[in-house]
Amino acid sequence: MKKEQRKKLPRRDFLKNVLRSCAGLMLPGFLFAKEAGKKAAALLLDGLYNPAEHSWGMGIDINKCIGCGRCADACKKENNVPNVPFFFRTWVERYRVFENGETLIDSPNGAVNGFENLTDERTIIRSFFVPKLCNHCNNPPCVQVCPVGATFQTVDGVVLVDAEYCIGCRYCIQACPYGARFLHPETRTAEKCTFCYHRVVRGKLPACVEVCPTQARIFGELKKKASPLVRFMRMNKIRVLKPALNTEPRVYYSNLDMEVR
Amino acid sequence: MAKFKEKLNWRFGWLWFNKEKVFMKSWQKIPEQIRRLLVLMVLLIVLFLIVRSWLIPPDCGKYGHYRASAVDNIISQPLRYAGQVECGDCHEDHMEVKNAGYHKNLACEVCHGPAADHIENPDEVELLAPRGRGYCPLCHEYLPARPTGFPQIVSDSHNPMKPCIACHEPHDPKPPETPRECSACHAQIARTKSISHHVYVPCTRCHETPEEHKIRPRDFRPTKPQTREFCGGCHATQTPEIKGIPQVDLQTHGQRYVCWQCHYPHLPEAH
Repeated sequence: MKKEQRKKLPRRDFLKNVLRSCAGLMLPGFLFAKEAGKKAAALLLDGLYNPAEHSWGMGIDINKCIGCGRCADACKKENNVPNVPFFFRTWVERYRVFENGETLIDSPNGAVNGFENLTDERTIIRSFFVPKLCNHCNNPPCVQVCPVGATFQTVDGVVLVDAEYCIGCRYCIQACPYGARFLHPETRTAEKCTFCYHRVVRGKLPACVEVCPTQARIFGELKKKASPLVRFMRMNKIRVLKPALNTEPRVYYSNLDMEVR
Repeated sequence: MAKFKEKLNWRFGWLWFNKEKVFMKSWQKIPEQIRRLLVLMVLLIVLFLIVRSWLIPPDCGKYGHYRASAVDNIISQPLRYAGQVECGDCHEDHMEVKNAGYHKNLACEVCHGPAADHIENPDEVELLAPRGRGYCPLCHEYLPARPTGFPQIVSDSHNPMKPCIACHEPHDPKPPETPRECSACHAQIARTKSISHHVYVPCTRCHETPEEHKIRPRDFRPTKPQTREFCGGCHATQTPEIKGIPQVDLQTHGQRYVCWQCHYPHLPEAH
């Protein structure tokens, strides 16, 4: 009996405290719910953009790329990517395949400053440029590994990072087979190509596509009949990078060489 | 325990009204240890629901399994590149010239830089274009990896010290004179040929090139030799022997292939 009496009071107090603190915990939730509702209205850009009506993708024609690197440069300017090597949302690689079967791949500063003619070209058997970026996979490994659900795929097929929820653990950077992610040196959160989502929802092209001088990059709808991307996919033999990984990329290459990985 | 029940009854009596007795009876029938577990379970479930509502952001799930406001943050990022449609609103004259020339597919902002700020404040933010020799070679410097046919120069030997805009108007970059040399655009082929045995064979010996090809390269294409006899003019044993030129019997060599299907005429070394 004595034992019970001793237990009674703490339990009641405990229950009271639990109920009180629960009410307190719910409060910010209710407050934020109102605010979030407001923001979501802005997201739809006053009803001008409905993500469910779109499905974005990109085509890249290797035969047209001249390796000027304007895409990598524009991307850095548009998205405030730190202007130092190693941080790229998009970059251009140069492949040089030599007679002896050796392949050299380089991308000096992501091609932001272009390329220089380096080797004795007599022994080159073929050489070309390959622009690279996040492949916006339909089956994205980076989304699978994120422990806090900070990276996700939108309805229109763009893989994005929630910078507020990202804890900077770099699992996604490891998981991405295309090396498309990096840790932003200031915010310490994962960053990657967003297909310039802020431009796309306003009906503009991604910055890299906008500045490409030879139309080597084609951006558009995947599931509409009258779309430059669908035409590109109809007129070319296309391939994706690392198809064996089953990531189902949304970035399609035409005239891609077997050496490209 | 009895006191506790009374208090409970007074506080939550409204929950069961007259059914109180029925409820209490069936409640009493449950063994003590199960009752405790049930209470604990209900508490845990409530606690779980509360913690869950606290941890999951309220706008999660509006579009998918993510915060709607995360997308909001991403799209609220300011634009730097305006797009060349906007440029044409004010600079019609330049657009007209540009859209008629070779640079018709080149966006204004490639050379002039991001223009969104300039469109907001045309008087305060001025856009400049590179005027030295450094910028144009980003696209037009000779690189073997560039697709052939794309106009390329070797800037070390191409009018050194002269800025590009001295001769080329960037909005309509016609060469000041129609290029005589094929190497102006086909630099890689010219370079390969220059180290081969065909170095002294002019391009036009094999490629019949319409004059218009220099102006509209894609609409008027040069020809390629279509017969084995064309190469045989020098390389067949039937023709008079010329010192140093390898010759083969066309009857037995190469069967049904045209010569250039095996030999690269710009670097025709057989071994």
